[in-house]
Amino acid sequence: MVAGVRSVKILEEKHKLATRWLHWINFPILSAMIFSGLLIYWAYDPYRIGVGSVTLFHFFPNWFYEKTGIGYQLALGMALHFVFAWIFAINGIAYVLYTLISGEWRALIPDRKSPREAVQVAMHDAGFKVALPPQGRYNAAQRITYSAIVLMGGLSLTTGLAIYKPAQLHWLTAGLGGYEWARWEHFWLTMGYVGFFAIHIAQVVRAGWANFRAMVCGYDLAEVGAKVTHGD
Amino acid sequence: MATNKSKVSLTPEQELARRSRRSFIGLGAGAAGAIGGWYWLNAQPLEDEIPRPLRRVLGLNERVVRSTLYSDSHLVRTYPASAVGRIKVNGDIGMEKPIDLASWCMNLTSFDGAARQLALADIQSLPRYEEIIDFKCVEGWSTVTRFAGARLSDFTARFAPGSERAAFVDMRTPSKDYYVGFEMASALHPQTLLAYEMNGAPLTDKHGAPLRLVLPVKYGIKSIKRIGSIEYTDKRPADYWGEQGYDYYSGL
Repeated sequence: MVAGVRSVKILEEKHKLATRWLHWINFPILSAMIFSGLLIYWAYDPYRIGVGSVTLFHFFPNWFYEKTGIGYQLALGMALHFVFAWIFAINGIAYVLYTLISGEWRALIPDRKSPREAVQVAMHDAGFKVALPPQGRYNAAQRITYSAIVLMGGLSLTTGLAIYKPAQLHWLTAGLGGYEWARWEHFWLTMGYVGFFAIHIAQVVRAGWANFRAMVCGYDLAEVGAKVTHGD
Repeated sequence: MATNKSKVSLTPEQELARRSRRSFIGLGAGAAGAIGGWYWLNAQPLEDEIPRPLRRVLGLNERVVRSTLYSDSHLVRTYPASAVGRIKVNGDIGMEKPIDLASWCMNLTSFDGAARQLALADIQSLPRYEEIIDFKCVEGWSTVTRFAGARLSDFTARFAPGSERAAFVDMRTPSKDYYVGFEMASALHPQTLLAYEMNGAPLTDKHGAPLRLVLPVKYGIKSIKRIGSIEYTDKRPADYWGEQGYDYYSGL
């Protein structure tokens, strides 16, 4: 009998069932929230990128409303927003509780090395010849981004409540800088999701099929070195 | 057992393919369910201009807020005079024709059904309160504005005593073209005024002369201008914007 080492493929669990479900449920719910949010925003749309009297981009130009058919639907927008907000909140709270209780947060929360490593990851992804640091389930850039997204979700809920009930939750509205600031924060958090979504999709495409499949079915093949005994 | 044996004999590649197939079918079913649910929602019969399930949840939201958050002691923030802005005129429904202030009077119907007419001097005989609040439009903008008038709670106690037992207040313009309904808790809120002055001067025609409601714990759509009648009732009153898809409660 000859003993040796060769690599074998095994199934490796990448993402837990709960993580995958809550992630995928969030996608249509957040879409509904952004869509209904636009119906509401149309009725009073003061935000822009610019300095002083110079406006580089106004959110949103008329062509955007015309092309998308967004407009004159404030009442429907509000109704949809205050209905889907429940599902968004419940789903988000379920995710946070699960991640905390299961210990999954250890793979998600950035640590002291993360900022530095995230720069290396970003440089590498941008095409510079920088070696990738070793990583667990998520690399440093993912840890920072995904944790930030969860935090932003919490802030969207908080700023949303501050706009929704500024009289009953006056302390919350005041804590966020007042009614108008809360609305501004709520808007830019949403723009943050849109920006995140674009980069997220690009990175998922880049990472390839096996990575995407793992987010759907939870598993991927992993190679491990194994002691084998010939003749078995 | 046969099933166990067949599972054990799967290679990792086969096991992954099996799991992947199942999961993608699940994802596809979920996507179809989400899209189907969206079309289902939009195909539901309308109740006051929005799909009925949405209306039901707005009702649930109202019950949750009224039973957990709402309190008469929750006052809206007040501001210094320097914060007052220029409030725009945003609607003239029920006020299309100019008003004859000399002949204006208000029809009041108490909860017990007693009817009477009041003049502006009657309202002005009540203690005068002034407040500088952020008037919030359902459209999303808000303007800090100074109002002065009588508290609706004082008005009720003086001219329609016992009407606090009613569930709702119904207010209409003289032409009855604009009308609002709201629940008694908001009516008795200390910052709810029957206002006859705005920003230090008597109300102008466009802002609802001679008397308008200022209901800071709700969106401005409830703060009816040019009040023609007030009635206390247990039957939920019609509400102009509530009939057009907006939340009847519209509480802040």
